[in-house]
Amino acid sequence: MTVTPLARDYSLVGKDSRRAVESGLAAAEWYHTDIPRKQMKELMQRSDGPAIRDTVIWLGLLIAFSAAGAALWGSWWCVPFFLCYGVLYGSATDSRWHECGHGTAFKTQWMNDVVYQIACFMIMRNPVTWRWSHTRHHTDTVIVGRDPEIAVMRPPDLLRVVLNFFGIIDVWHALVDMIRNAAGVLSAAEKTFIPEQEQHKAIRIARIWVAIYAATIALAVYFGSWLPLMLIGLPRLYGAWHHVLTGLLQHGGLADNVIDHRLNSRTVLMNPMSRFIYWNMNYHVEHHMFPMVPYHALPKLHEMIKHDLPAPCQSIWAGYREMVPAFLRQLRNEDYFVKRQLPATARPYRDDFHQASAVAAE
Amino acid sequence: MSDWVEACAADDIDEEDVMRFDHAGRTFAIYRSPQDEFFATDGLCTHEQIHLSQGLVMGDIIECPKHNGRFNYKTGAARGAPVCVSLKTYPVKVDAGKVFVQLG
Repeated sequence: MTVTPLARDYSLVGKDSRRAVESGLAAAEWYHTDIPRKQMKELMQRSDGPAIRDTVIWLGLLIAFSAAGAALWGSWWCVPFFLCYGVLYGSATDSRWHECGHGTAFKTQWMNDVVYQIACFMIMRNPVTWRWSHTRHHTDTVIVGRDPEIAVMRPPDLLRVVLNFFGIIDVWHALVDMIRNAAGVLSAAEKTFIPEQEQHKAIRIARIWVAIYAATIALAVYFGSWLPLMLIGLPRLYGAWHHVLTGLLQHGGLADNVIDHRLNSRTVLMNPMSRFIYWNMNYHVEHHMFPMVPYHALPKLHEMIKHDLPAPCQSIWAGYREMVPAFLRQLRNEDYFVKRQLPATARPYRDDFHQASAVAAE
Repeated sequence: MSDWVEACAADDIDEEDVMRFDHAGRTFAIYRSPQDEFFATDGLCTHEQIHLSQGLVMGDIIECPKHNGRFNYKTGAARGAPVCVSLKTYPVKVDAGKVFVQLG
């Protein structure tokens, strides 16, 4: 039986990291709903069509909004265009980075690679570092001391959460990491998940990015205008809110240190606009359980396995009504979490892990 | 060099698909290519020991179901992150509708 410690150590080289390895939580065998092989193969099939369509719309809108914003620069009429541009730059790239990193968005691999690099630059995530951190996130989802992508640690730092709606903390860390990497230095944590033979690539990318940002700043100084930075860099701040709004729901307020994605991930039914921006990552339990299923097939996967999953939240609002009270309660008791209720038709899995954390949450 | 082991019937595997084969405490993956050829590799991904038989075959590529790492199953070569180490491959022959793998 695993007992969750009272004070969590989220360091990837700390005591909880060692404990996760010793207890079998690290690199464990996770629960999967049974799906016949024939149906699974159909779900996994790749296609260029949906992602080309969505990418043409995304890039087309980016160009249109940025052109309109630039043309109206100096008047208040530019504001709505930059607000839209910002969301496509600072939020839609979160899901584009993610899907293309998995290699599932397009059937053609070079298309995944191109969109991945563009999206990583916009969202300010080193494409090498984040490829490997996300690999670890899928191996050890919300395992304390193992998962480098836990958005809200316990007890929750709510000021940090609010500031990140405007990208403030994340961008600061991204800039520090970029400059450190460009100087040829990888952190101890980065070295735990980036293989040695890949580390030089993270440094090379960071140097290219520093050159791009330096050129953008030089251009802004030369013209005496904020406009270049409104187009490159700053949208990661003023357009971040949607990816934080949706991203927090992925695991926020749910169990940690369990090896069943039904208990630590949240599926939320969302409006079509958010699903376009988010590329269906609202089907988050399904994505974690079967990461080979492309984003455009996730609704079908959801229909196929929903009998084995907790009921999805019916809206973003419903998700926040569940998550925010959990955050507030975790301020007093960091062991508290929202216990997902499996339907009667679901198969249970590893009750020993789940009961231990449930007791701690009381 | 004569340790040919019967793995399965040829018809057990669809074209452009893979199946798991366990033998003597080891696990292997048997592939049927779109050109109706058969191949065999070690059954676990070299990245994190996940069974490749749950993955997706696309042309010459097998993609791991956990982290989407890719191998060329004909050569075993690692073809995409997070995979860095290639797979071991094994000779395969088909005789009287049966697939044999040389494990020696």
